[in-house]
Amino acid sequence: MTDLVLKNLCVGTLSNVSLTVPGGQVVCLSGPSGSGKSRLLRAVADLEPHGGTVSVADTCQEDLPAHQWRSRVVMVPADSQWWFDEVGGHFPDHVKADLPSALGFPPEVLEWSVSRLSSGERQRLALWRALLLEPEVLLLDEPTANLDNDSTEAIETWLLEEIRRRQIAVLWVAHDVGQIHRVADAHYRILGTSLERADGSD
Amino acid sequence: MEVIDLAWWKLGLAALLVLALAGTGYLARLGITRNLLIAALRTVIQLALIGLVLEALFASSGFQWIALMALVMLLVAGREVVARQGRRLQGWWAFGIGTGSMFVSSFSVTVLALSVVIGPDPWYTPQYAIPLLGMMLGNTMTGVSLALDRLNESVWRQRAVIENRLMLGQTWKQALEDIRRDAMRSGMMPSINAMAAAGIVSLPGMMTGQILAGSPPAVAVKYQILVMLIITVGTGFGALMAVSWGGRRLFDDRERLRLDRLVKQ
Repeated sequence: MTDLVLKNLCVGTLSNVSLTVPGGQVVCLSGPSGSGKSRLLRAVADLEPHGGTVSVADTCQEDLPAHQWRSRVVMVPADSQWWFDEVGGHFPDHVKADLPSALGFPPEVLEWSVSRLSSGERQRLALWRALLLEPEVLLLDEPTANLDNDSTEAIETWLLEEIRRRQIAVLWVAHDVGQIHRVADAHYRILGTSLERADGSD
Repeated sequence: MEVIDLAWWKLGLAALLVLALAGTGYLARLGITRNLLIAALRTVIQLALIGLVLEALFASSGFQWIALMALVMLLVAGREVVARQGRRLQGWWAFGIGTGSMFVSSFSVTVLALSVVIGPDPWYTPQYAIPLLGMMLGNTMTGVSLALDRLNESVWRQRAVIENRLMLGQTWKQALEDIRRDAMRSGMMPSINAMAAAGIVSLPGMMTGQILAGSPPAVAVKYQILVMLIITVGTGFGALMAVSWGGRRLFDDRERLRLDRLVKQ
């Protein structure tokens, strides 16, 4: 099983966060802005110095070179970045045929220039870019923040399908109660320096 | 042909022109007046002093004095590299990386040119060694500081891009690839431009000086070609080392981008 296990993780104001995310399940994190949600994800991706241990399928962070860890534990930031002029430059060549229809793009999107993409379009493409790495763990930082309601639900459905099919363990930072209700198998809130399991009904 | 000596008061005429420029800059609020005046004053004092030092050095020509002189030149160049970066690495790293890369590249290229190409006896004869090293260090210093400045500034501005590339499992080298290329280009550009324009747009300073001093142009040209080639080599390797050491230092052993290691001056 590709469980993601956090033990006594300390980063920023958060201390001793312990959490298990089983493969194929979504754990949502919420909390006021500045409470350290993004930093927690960054620590799991090993982008930020932190205390405690993180492991996936019994492999610890330190057991792997950092870039190998991060290709198994892929984070999608709230504001995705694009560094080539064309969209296609950010994707491997062989994927051009299997653009998921749920993303809502015409097939020629890969020839588009990045500058014409809206922030919502970038966000959707960033999710696909991350999934193409076939990660064991996905860390999503408000993945639908720039999307309207219809595409939010379409993206949620597509993501959940992929997550279940590939048995990916997912930490998902979300604000929207409706979204948490739709996607989360478990929901934690950041309260001060620790995580608190939120009641499943809200 | 005897060289016409310049009287000190004639240099004052040139200095008046600098004052005029400074005055104009001040009136037009260009914000360069202060730097311009300080730099002009420094050039006068430093060159006057170096004239005295060189006279003494040429008279003694002991190896230890030449080595001491070279060391002082290197340390001052290292300090200058630090001062020319808008953002620099914290602590001794900025000085260490700048000075180290200049030392390795300009000293080895200078020693090679002296011992193999020019071949004075002894190889460290100060009339050859000091001017050659000075030109090497001066240009390498420019190259290294431009490259490091560009590296640090781009990394600072593009932190989100670099981190996103890291998130997608790229190594720190891959994530820094474009920036390293840019930094190398800005470090090398002055030497490459100088080589491309040499003789057509500009008559290089050393050759001009040699001709003024009475050398046959054919000899002066050969020296100039030598100097431009080794300057480019020294600058290139210096910038290369500085960019790879500096780039490495911007990431830790877990390949995390560590902008906390940069300070703005």
